[in-house]
Amino acid sequence: MNNYKNSVIVKNMSKAFGQLQAVDNISFHVHKGEIFGFLGPNGAGKTTSVRMLTGVFPPDTGQIYIAGYNLLDQTLAAKMRIGVAPESANAYLDLTALENILFMAEMYGLSGKKIRKRAEELLNIFNLLDRKNDKIKQFSKGMRQKMILCMALINEPEILFLDEPTSGLDVQSRYLIRNIIKDLNQGGTTIFLTTHNINEANKLCDRIAIMNKGEIAAIDSPENLKNTFVSSQSVEVSFKFGSPNFLDNLSYANSIEKRGDKYRLYSDEPGQLAMKLIEQVKSSNLGLNSIRTIGPELEEVFIKLTEEKKE
Amino acid sequence: MSNTIKLRIGQILAIAKKDIKIYYTEPPILIFGILFPAFLFMAFALGKNIPFKNLIPGLLGISLFFTGSSVGPYITPWETNTKTLERLLTTPGSISVIVIGDILAAFYFSLGISGLIAFTGIFVFGTGVANIAVLLSTLFLASFCFAGLGTIFSSLPTDKPSNVMMLSNLIRLPIIFISGVFVPVSELPEWGQILSRFSPVTYVTDLLRFALGQGHYFALSINLIILSIFTILFLLIAVLLHRKTFIKRI
Ligand SMILES: Nc1ncnc2c1ncn2[C@@H]1O[C@H](COP(=O)(O)OP(=O)(O)O)[C@@H](O)[C@H]1O
Ligand SMILES: [Mg+2]
Repeated sequence: MNNYKNSVIVKNMSKAFGQLQAVDNISFHVHKGEIFGFLGPNGAGKTTSVRMLTGVFPPDTGQIYIAGYNLLDQTLAAKMRIGVAPESANAYLDLTALENILFMAEMYGLSGKKIRKRAEELLNIFNLLDRKNDKIKQFSKGMRQKMILCMALINEPEILFLDEPTSGLDVQSRYLIRNIIKDLNQGGTTIFLTTHNINEANKLCDRIAIMNKGEIAAIDSPENLKNTFVSSQSVEVSFKFGSPNFLDNLSYANSIEKRGDKYRLYSDEPGQLAMKLIEQVKSSNLGLNSIRTIGPELEEVFIKLTEEKKE
Repeated sequence: MSNTIKLRIGQILAIAKKDIKIYYTEPPILIFGILFPAFLFMAFALGKNIPFKNLIPGLLGISLFFTGSSVGPYITPWETNTKTLERLLTTPGSISVIVIGDILAAFYFSLGISGLIAFTGIFVFGTGVANIAVLLSTLFLASFCFAGLGTIFSSLPTDKPSNVMMLSNLIRLPIIFISGVFVPVSELPEWGQILSRFSPVTYVTDLLRFALGQGHYFALSINLIILSIFTILFLLIAVLLHRKTFIKRI
């Protein structure tokens, strides 16, 4: 068993397709046990990165360590420890669900009764057990995507790479897959999740790398990423009676905007500001109608980071 | 046996098994691997007033050549197109493992079909057998040889099976005409005899004539050595070419 702290270590990884620098000298670590998100607009270089990390093709330059193994030198050992759900659906259409999973198992040197049982357990988790002997041809897009995940899980990977696992799926399938990702992570599987869905990254990931044009624009936890952009934090408040006169000289408030019957107060410390507001309301007779702090949305951070490079 | 070798063999067998399940019944493989050589054979043989049993070596030669080399040209482009190839590359199976697995599937196909023809020739049409060992080794070697050849064609990094099929027919058809399949090499004109030496099918048919007691042109050992060299070359080139072009399939 290989002891390692970081499930993935990437140093100065680059890949060009002709003139196009698809991935441009990126470096990052994925800690063992976390859900690490790769968030970026279409064409950012996410899939190209995943392909290099999972051994589909080598990078032009750079080093990759997977589960403590150098992917380029100790390819077999590294690949034995990962599971991959690539972006485009790709089970064998002319094989049955069970045949597809068992074929995958054989590629990892796994066969026998135990594996068959595990394959059926996996199909059960994804609600596909009653279709185990049907060819994938007959499956819907959502079912095929679930198949890809079953196939990625048969070797009980330590690190699971998921490239846009929920894109194009209905709400129920998305919900199921997200829950399974969470469960797997609770069970100790490190997850490398690629998505262009900000909400998904925000909900699932411990840390997120925001990718744009082949580069990593930022890496941090969703909360920290949001807090980096303090200027857009605010408190929104409305009162039952009349307009207050204390708003102008309230500490912590940077600026005020009136929106309909609500006031929006921008602040570096919206929590403190909200407390202050409540104190003031108590000692006046205005009466509080509603109050909420509005954090910066990850979306804003995302737009900001991915727009900056455009000019 | 080391664990890695065991794993590799298991992977190769798994890929061949998968190929057999999926591709043996695909129409393009049946058409170019079975119907096409059958028709080609009939076009040549019919009305030629040669007893059928004497045509068996030629039929076997054509069938080995076309059957074995029809599987590879279909599998790799098809799997490129359906993205199952990319999925395979993320597993611990290497490019070489994938290519050898595909070759093995083509080998089984060719061995099965030609075995069936040989069996029918011997037991139904009364073709004599002079040397069973040479017959079996020829079927075996030739199946590997042409499975390798087909897989060389499929290293063309396209995702359209028809492209590779076209290329392969462009190359395979002329080869058949210079190989002494229907007319023994000794009866070819001089330029034909020279050309025929460049075709592996020549040695296969010559070996088959020998094995079935219908005379031969080259010495047995020469035939076997040259066919072995062709086989090893084709297998090597197939694997090396695919290792070069696989990246263009993603
Ligand atoms: N095989 C390829 N050949 C040429 N260009 C490619 C190839 N794969 C990706 N690209 C280009 O590289 C860039 C990054 O693509 P990709 O990694 O798929 O982005 P993402 O997954 O973030 O949407 C895009 O501009 C894409 O067109
Ligand atoms: Mg992508």
